[in-house]
Amino acid sequence: MDYLNLFTTVQARGPVHMGSELPHGNSPRTGHPGLWWILGKIGNAQIGPIYLGGLGLASLICGLIAFNIIGMNMLASVHYDPVQFVRQLFWLALEPPPPSYGLSWPPLNQGGWFLITGIFLSASVLLWWVRVYRRATQLGMGTHVAWAFAAALWLMFVLGFIRPILMGSWSEAVPYGIFPHLDWTAALSIRYGNLFYNPFHALSIVFLYGSVLLFGMHGGTILAVTRFGGEREIEQIVDRGTASERAALFWRWTMGFNATMESIHRWAWWFAVLCPLTGGIGILLTGTVVDNWYLWAIKHGVAPPYPNVFPAVVDPALSLGVKP
Amino acid sequence: MTALPSLKQLLQTAAVLGTALLLSGCERPFQDSVQSGYRGTGMVQVYNPRLLAIKTEANQPPVASPQAPGDGPKAAQAYKNVKVLGNLSVAQFNRLMVSMTAWVAPNDGGCVYCHNPANYAEDEKYTKVVARRMLQMTQYINSEWQPHVAQTGVTCYTCHRGQPVPSEIWFTKNHQPEGSNFIGDKAGQNEPAAVVNLSSLPNDPFTPYLLQAKDIRVNGPTPLPSGNLHSTKQTEFTYALMTHMSTALGVNCTYCHNTRSFQSWENSPPQRATAWHGIRMARDLNVNYMEPLASVFPEQRKGELGDSPKLNCATCHQGAYKPLNGAQMAKDYPELQQPLDKQAQVASK
Repeated sequence: MDYLNLFTTVQARGPVHMGSELPHGNSPRTGHPGLWWILGKIGNAQIGPIYLGGLGLASLICGLIAFNIIGMNMLASVHYDPVQFVRQLFWLALEPPPPSYGLSWPPLNQGGWFLITGIFLSASVLLWWVRVYRRATQLGMGTHVAWAFAAALWLMFVLGFIRPILMGSWSEAVPYGIFPHLDWTAALSIRYGNLFYNPFHALSIVFLYGSVLLFGMHGGTILAVTRFGGEREIEQIVDRGTASERAALFWRWTMGFNATMESIHRWAWWFAVLCPLTGGIGILLTGTVVDNWYLWAIKHGVAPPYPNVFPAVVDPALSLGVKP
Repeated sequence: MTALPSLKQLLQTAAVLGTALLLSGCERPFQDSVQSGYRGTGMVQVYNPRLLAIKTEANQPPVASPQAPGDGPKAAQAYKNVKVLGNLSVAQFNRLMVSMTAWVAPNDGGCVYCHNPANYAEDEKYTKVVARRMLQMTQYINSEWQPHVAQTGVTCYTCHRGQPVPSEIWFTKNHQPEGSNFIGDKAGQNEPAAVVNLSSLPNDPFTPYLLQAKDIRVNGPTPLPSGNLHSTKQTEFTYALMTHMSTALGVNCTYCHNTRSFQSWENSPPQRATAWHGIRMARDLNVNYMEPLASVFPEQRKGELGDSPKLNCATCHQGAYKPLNGAQMAKDYPELQQPLDKQAQVASK
């Protein structure tokens, strides 16, 4: 027999919910809500209404402008051939200006479009951040989601705005493109002597993988105790039931320590938030404060020495009598 | 009447087909991996034995023809307009001419690919002028570039492989053939280019490094900033050149580098020094032999900017870590080892 919990719900059909009343000054929610059976398999079957509002609208407009500038540049770069646009999509990009322009305004086709896109994309995500903050306060919630989003924006602005300014060149920004931004990532690491040795990069990876680990542990634990009502996590923060007790005992017996129904969510929030926070610090220091992370790690005893297994190789550029 | 497939069946089918599609881009297992450096450093070469067999087959040298006697009249006395090989005997000269025909133009008319059949001595065809210069280049490589080609040396066949135009050549790219537009500049990258192994890296890393002498080294010498102004974008060009080298030689980065520090020469395999000389050799040959031939080549042999065809690592290596898998082909052709007037000087001493 199937057991039922909030995750595998029986889809009850009834009048759809428009949402609670909003405080004075808010726009009305838009859209006629409906029920999608397929959505009910992975979440709430109800779709809509959505709260758009002035901030949401402005954010979407700015975001669409940025999206279209990137898309039109990509399309123009394949001579407006829709087939090649699709075939080469992962290779195409809108590139930042060449280094020679520094922080000055380049011609449109030499990074000008890139800077315009940056302005609109920045406006879009900042407006969206305010919207997330405002929606939370208007519903009487805390602003945890907004601050987690701000952590992601910190990394984004370090990469595309703060670090390029500190380096004195917009060319240091990340290109808008699928493979090109990955090539940029590898090139940044090569240029600055291997980001593997950047301790903030390492911390960021700890929190990235740690987030995945915590997500798996927490999701697994709650699913495992739903048969005892364990999915009612918020209530169990203040009213511990047998599900909560069993989940706690499971981890205490498995690894000697257990989080609580409340603290596990703080663990998860901080791990997620610290991933881009530490990553952003690592990027901010790269090139500005540290030029070569490998040599930095050697100097401070972070990178271990390895025995030489090859015959000694001397940099030929230092030898006399070689052809240049 | 058959029932319509359920959602579950549809999803399962989609998952199976999707996985098959994703895996279709992969090489099938198993690959051989060969450790080359200290354990734990990831210094390893990965070989696909099936692809390696194809590559080995494609890099076999032709059988050398029997040596010709060195006595009798010299080619310069028997023939007119012999400028490079005049010191050979007629028999030696003809042996090389026949070999060159087999190496370079076996299916393109043979001798008449370069020679006017009515008068072999005249320089009417551009191919003859180019071939003479290429003979000088081969002698120059074998005598002056031993830091790269060692005693193995090269012959015409190292690059030509039975084709009048070697399969791996390059031209300076015209990145904006329609002039500077207001939109859509790719900045010389961002297309699946074969020279950078279908990555989106800059697709003409040769002009700055194998023609001009721009800085390939982008790393700084100190932990903290001390005036190293190389940019991340510049690093993409270095990365592109290195990707070309890796593809051209059929090796990983770790063939030459300990990747924990690409710049560090400690812990670098000795091949890296050979490759360093190879970059300089390619540049030297492009500048001093290929580019000056722009006035000789006809339009259809030149690039979109009117430049000569040029060489890079793949021109000789063609996927093998040593061209022709290191076969000692040049030793059977002593006249290609160095300029013949030098040979004569050595002999007379």
